[in-house]
Amino acid sequence: MNGPTSLTNLVEETNDKTTRRFFMAAAGAAGVAYTAALAYPIYRYLASPAEMAMEATAVTEVTLKDAQKLPLGSVLMFKFGTAPAMLIHHEDSRWIALTAVCTHLGCTVQYEPQADRIHCACHGGVYDPYTGANVSGPPPKPLKLFKVAVTETGVDVSRA
Amino acid sequence: MTAKTIYQWTDERLGLSELAAFARHKTVPVHSQSFWYYWGGISLFLFLVQCFTGVLLLVYYRPGAEAFESVRQITFVMHFGWLIRSAHAWTANLFIFAILVHMFSVYFMKAYRKPREFGWLSGMALLGIASVFGFSGYLLPMDELSYFATKVGLQIPAAIPYIGEAIANMLRGGTDVSEFTVQRFFALHVVVLPAIFLPLLAFHLWLVQRHGNAVPPCEEAKPSAERKTIPFMPNFLRKDLAMWLISLNILALLASVFPWGLGKQYDSLAPAPMGIHPEWYFMSPFEMLKLLGMVKWLQGEPGEIAGILLFTLGIVLWILIPFYDTKKESGQRARAAHYFGLLAVIALLATTLVGYWTIR
Repeated sequence: MNGPTSLTNLVEETNDKTTRRFFMAAAGAAGVAYTAALAYPIYRYLASPAEMAMEATAVTEVTLKDAQKLPLGSVLMFKFGTAPAMLIHHEDSRWIALTAVCTHLGCTVQYEPQADRIHCACHGGVYDPYTGANVSGPPPKPLKLFKVAVTETGVDVSRA
Repeated sequence: MTAKTIYQWTDERLGLSELAAFARHKTVPVHSQSFWYYWGGISLFLFLVQCFTGVLLLVYYRPGAEAFESVRQITFVMHFGWLIRSAHAWTANLFIFAILVHMFSVYFMKAYRKPREFGWLSGMALLGIASVFGFSGYLLPMDELSYFATKVGLQIPAAIPYIGEAIANMLRGGTDVSEFTVQRFFALHVVVLPAIFLPLLAFHLWLVQRHGNAVPPCEEAKPSAERKTIPFMPNFLRKDLAMWLISLNILALLASVFPWGLGKQYDSLAPAPMGIHPEWYFMSPFEMLKLLGMVKWLQGEPGEIAGILLFTLGIVLWILIPFYDTKKESGQRARAAHYFGLLAVIALLATTLVGYWTIR
């Protein structure tokens, strides 16, 4: 007598449990989707300047107007994309352009014509002003060189 | 170390179990008017949304001469900036609306009577600050509408005899609305007002915990055996949070389907745009002032002053209602307070409607 009743109970109970578990899973998924729908616009909003900077770094060429008039032994700082870069007109009239971001910890480096070197004031890194090679101090890598083309109206600097 | 020992360690020092016991024993009355209990919570939620979206706008907003340009950037350049700005503007309106519903429900349930007078007074102060939040925030984009709204709005303090002009100049930072005005409204909006609002809000919420929910007179008349309650934890809290979720959904819908616009940059030489009118929550006082100014023997300055006096008197009476309608039972004074409330609602609605009707 007892058998069929308890069996129905058992079936109902398992059904109940599955329904409950299914409901909890669905509610959890809806919660995650809801939170994501709120978080995504906020993330994109806050990331906007970083995204714009990324787009700016995608440039491959910069034209420096009138830079062909740069005197011998002097330097011109400019932005290649968003990062600082330098154009050096050496005493021997060679044109060299390289990034001006120290490979050690990201300080902006400077060209010192008297010492004929590129120096980073933060931790004393020194680079060769012709090749960008890291000569002494902590920098682990050389500065990247750009291609330089001098024209009538300016200087074109492009990714090597 | 188990979770239990960490809990015990913290509990000994912070008394968490006392808080938990308080929450367990807290109950909320259930009756035909229970729906109105949610509106305080909805107001609180919308305030939190304002803090959150406000900080997000603060990330790119620049007050002063660049105000308009920075709002233009937020709206048209930054990803989803339009949505965040729209949400902030919509929430401002919903916030004022929720507070008004909350206030009138408290009024008609007579929840301001002993021992809840401070709850009423602090609530009125919070509404006052909320409207200053609205007024100061409206100027920040520095487009045509905000320029003229602020220009006109500041004519009200300017109409006060003798000291009015000085007060208006102090608020404006000059004799006309300019970069100086937006700079000081910004300081007001993001530093001064929150600094006053937050402690008052904490006080208001603490009072609610201390005295619990008030029941309307019709419930009070019942014997205590017939009154029903539900536990706050988790039953009422669950419903409260459901209300918050509904509010958030309505807000998301409004903010994305009806994005808040940005007008032309203000120009102090340009004429006022057609159809310019105050925000809905300032429509009624403006219309009242306008109507009083039309009375024959009140034209011009006397009308302005009479209007300001009458309006101030009405607000003062409204604020002082707990000290007039004090009795537990519904007597003569309780009825008078009820009719005063109805009069206020009708006057507000009627003047608002007339205001919108007569926009040109």
